[in-house]
Amino acid sequence: MGLAFLVWLLTAVILYLTARGPWWFPAPISQHGAEFDKHFTTLLWITGAIFVAAQLLLGYAIVRFKSRGQYATHSEGNNKLELLWTSATAILFIGFALAANGIWASVHLDQATEAALKIDVLAKQFSWNFRYPGPDGKLGRTDVKFINDSTGNPFGLDEKDPAAKDDVISSTIRVPVNTLVELNLRSRDVIHNFFVRELRIKQDLVPGMTIPLRFKAQKEGTYEVPCSELCGLGHHQMRTTLIVMSNEDFTRWLVDEGRKSR
Amino acid sequence: MTWLRTHVFSTDHKVIGKQYISLAFFSVALGIMLSLIMRFHLIRPDAKIGWFALLWPTGATGGIMTPELYLSLMTIHGTLMVFFVLTTAPQGGFGNYFLPLQIGAPDMAFPVLNMLSFWTTFLALLTLLAAFFVEGGAPLGGWTAYPPLSALGQIAGPGQGLGMDCWIVSIALFSIASLMGAINFITTVLDMRTQGMDLMRMPLTCWGWFITAIISLLAFGVLLAAGLLLLMDRNLGTSFFLPAGLVVSDQLQNHSGGSPILWQHLFWFFGHPEVYIAILPGMGIVSTVLSVFSRKPIFGYKAMVFAMFAIALLGFLVWGHHMFISGMSPYSAMTFSVLTLAVGVPSAIKTFNWLGTIWGGDLHFTPAMLFALGFVSVFVSGGLTGLFLGQPAIDLYFHDTYFVVGHFHMIMGVAAIFAMFSAMYYWFPKMHGRMMNAPLGHVHFYLTFLGVYAIFIPMHFLGIMGAPRRYSDFKELEFLADAGVLQKFTTHSAYFTAAVQLIFFGNYFYAKRRGPAAEVNPWRATTLEWQPSSRPEVHRGPDVYSLPGAREDFVMQQDKK
Ligand code: HEM
Ligand SMILES: [Cu+2]
Ligand SMILES: [Cu+2]
Repeated sequence: MGLAFLVWLLTAVILYLTARGPWWFPAPISQHGAEFDKHFTTLLWITGAIFVAAQLLLGYAIVRFKSRGQYATHSEGNNKLELLWTSATAILFIGFALAANGIWASVHLDQATEAALKIDVLAKQFSWNFRYPGPDGKLGRTDVKFINDSTGNPFGLDEKDPAAKDDVISSTIRVPVNTLVELNLRSRDVIHNFFVRELRIKQDLVPGMTIPLRFKAQKEGTYEVPCSELCGLGHHQMRTTLIVMSNEDFTRWLVDEGRKSR
Repeated sequence: MTWLRTHVFSTDHKVIGKQYISLAFFSVALGIMLSLIMRFHLIRPDAKIGWFALLWPTGATGGIMTPELYLSLMTIHGTLMVFFVLTTAPQGGFGNYFLPLQIGAPDMAFPVLNMLSFWTTFLALLTLLAAFFVEGGAPLGGWTAYPPLSALGQIAGPGQGLGMDCWIVSIALFSIASLMGAINFITTVLDMRTQGMDLMRMPLTCWGWFITAIISLLAFGVLLAAGLLLLMDRNLGTSFFLPAGLVVSDQLQNHSGGSPILWQHLFWFFGHPEVYIAILPGMGIVSTVLSVFSRKPIFGYKAMVFAMFAIALLGFLVWGHHMFISGMSPYSAMTFSVLTLAVGVPSAIKTFNWLGTIWGGDLHFTPAMLFALGFVSVFVSGGLTGLFLGQPAIDLYFHDTYFVVGHFHMIMGVAAIFAMFSAMYYWFPKMHGRMMNAPLGHVHFYLTFLGVYAIFIPMHFLGIMGAPRRYSDFKELEFLADAGVLQKFTTHSAYFTAAVQLIFFGNYFYAKRRGPAAEVNPWRATTLEWQPSSRPEVHRGPDVYSLPGAREDFVMQQDKK
C-alpha cells in the first residue's frame, strides 16, 4: 500500500521538476537547435504519458489487489492482449526512430547548399586549436613532424609553404553569425569531443580521421565548449569557447590576426 | 584437507553459488564506497582529507584528490559493478545455486569446470584490485577503455601504464571464467533436466540463466579477443587500434594503420549484450517472485520466453547506439537506431506481462515482492529514457552527459540490484534454513527505493543542462554554476542510500546465524527447490497458482494431482 503512494509521489515530483524545474537546456541558437527542441518536446510528452500511465497502473494494482484474503483469478495470459501491446509498442517505437532521422540527416547527410567557411580543428590533451585560412584564402600545408607546441606550431605548419604563412591559429573558435561553417575535426593523440549545447551538436574527434561537422549559428554571443569524451586527467579542464560575431567584426578579427601571424 | 575441499575448493554448486555471492557482496560494498568518495569529491573538490593521503599517497598528496585519482576510482567502480557484481551474483551466484535445484539436477554438468570458473573470477578480481597498488595507480580510462588513451601507456596519463595492463588482464581472466560458466549452464539446462521437466516447464529463472549463458558464450569471446589485441598494441608494438601520426606530449608515436573505432565496435559488440547478461536473470527472478506473491500464474509465460530470446537476438544487433557520435558512418547510425528501438519492444512486452501477472492477484507484500515491484517501477523509469538515447538525433546532445549516467544506473544498476535483493529475500530460507526479518526488510526497501530515485533522477537534469560525464569536477564550466544544488542533493542521497544498506547487511548476517528456522516451503511456491526429494518427476508447469478446484492455492510441479 505504502508503495503505491510512494510510486505516485515520486512520479508527481519528477513531473513537477520536468515541467517547472530550473534545470533545462539553454536556448538554441540555430535552426537545427530549434528542431531538436521541438522533437525532444514531442518525445517528452509521449514518453511522459507512458511513464505516468505505467506508474499509475502499477500503484493502482498494488492498492486494488492487496491481499484481503481474496482468491486470485486464474489467468495464464491473453494472446489478443499480447498481440495488441506488441504491435502498438512496435509501431510507436519504430515510429520514433524514423521520425528523428530527418534531424540527424540535416546534420550529417544533407549536401550543403551554400559555400561554407572552413575551419581546421585539431584537439590534443588538453586544449583546442582552430586554424583559419588567412587573407589568401588557402590553408597551408602541415605535417605532424613539424608539430611543436613550445614554438607555437600546434598544427605542424610547413614553413616552406607560402600559403601557410598567413594561416590564423586560435585557441577559441570564432565564427560569423548566419554563416554556414564547416569544421574539419581531427585529434592528434586521443579521442576528444566537440560539443556546443546551444547548437545541440556533438561530435567525437578521432585520431586518424578527419570528420566534417557543419552548423550555422544564428545568434551572436559566447558559448562554452566542454570536451565531452574522456581524454585523460585534464578532461574536465579541456574547455574552450565559441564566439559568434557579426560579419564585420569577424572579418576585422581575421585580418588583424592574419597580419600578426605574418 | 577435507575442510578445504568442502568449503574452499568445492565442486558443489551450492558452495560455489555462495562463493560467487560473497565475491559480489565484497565487490558491491567496495564499489559503493568508491562511488561515495567520488560523490564527495564532486561537491567538495578542494577538501583536504587526511586518510585520502594515507590510502593514496600519490593520488591524493596532502589529502587533496587529484583528477587522475577521481578517474581511477570511477574506472574501478564501473568495472567492479558491471563485471564483478552484476555478472557474478545473478548468474554465478543465484544461477549456480538454484538452476540445478529448479530443474531437478544433482549438480551442474561440469562441477570441476564450475569450481575453476569461480577461482578464475576470483583471480580476476585480485588482478583488478592490484591496479591500485602498481606504479601510477589504477587506469583512468573508464570501464570502456577506449584507445588511444588505453593503448599508449603511461605517456597518456598516470594509471595508463601497469595499471591499465592489470585491468586488461583482469578482464581477460574474467572473460575466460565467464566462458567456462556459460558452457556449464547451457549443458546443464540441455542435458540435466529431470524426468518430465520439458523446456517449456522450466521456471522463467532457468530461462533467464540459460539465455544469459548463450549471450555470454557469444559475447565474452569477443571481449577476450579485443583485450588481447589491446594488450599487444601496448606491449608488442602492434597497431590494431592506433593510426599513424599520433603526437603525444610532443612525441611522435611509432604506430600506423590501426583504428580507434575498431575497439569501440568490438567492445560494444560485447558491451551491449553485457547489459542483458546483467538484467535477464533478474527478469527471471522478478517474474517468479511476482507470480508467487500474487498467487497467480505468470501472465503470458510463452510471451516471456519469446521476449527473452528476442532481447538476446536483437541485443547483438544494436551495439552501434553507443557510437552514434563516434565518427562511424551516419547511415549505420540510422540502422542501429531502428534496431535499438526494436529491442525496446520485447522489454515493453515483459513490463506489460508483469503488470498482467499482478493484475487480479492476491498480493502479499513480502520484502522480496516489494523489491520485485520496485524493479518494475525503475525498469519503466530507466527504460523510457532509453527511447531518447536510441535516437542519433537526440544523442547529438545527450551522448556522454549525465543523462546517460542517470539512464544506465536506473535500468542496469538499480534494476539489477533490486532483482538481487528480491532473490536474496526470496531464497534466503532455502539457502540458510532461516528467515530474514520482514519488517526490517520493509524498511530497507522503502528507504532504498526512495534513495535510488533521489540519487539518479537529478543526474538526468544535469544531463539536460549538458553536464559531461567523467569530469572530476565542474568548477570550470560556467553553465553549471547553478547546478550545485543538484550535485549536493545527489551526493547526500548517495550517503543516505548507502547507509540504508547497513540495515540489509545487519539483517542478513543476523538472520544467517540467529534467524527463526524456516519451513521447507515458506512462500507456498511451486518450483522444485522448495520440495524435499532429490530427483522428483515433474508433471506440470512452474507457476500453477489459484487453480480453480485445487485443494490449495498452489500446486507443486512434482504433484501428480
Ligand atoms: C550508491 C550507488 C551508486 C552511486 C552513488 C554511483 C555513482 C556513480 C558516479 C558518481 C559515477 C561517475 C560518473 C562520472 O564521473 O561520469 C558512476 C559511474 C558508473 N557507475 Fe555508478 N553509482 C552507484 C551504483 C552503481 C551500480 C549499482 C552500478 C551497476 C551497474 C554502477 C555502474 C556504474 C558504471 C558502469 C559507471 C561508469 C564508469 C565509467 O564512466 O567508466 N554504479 N557511478
Ligand atoms: Cu576530454
Ligand atoms: Cu547498448
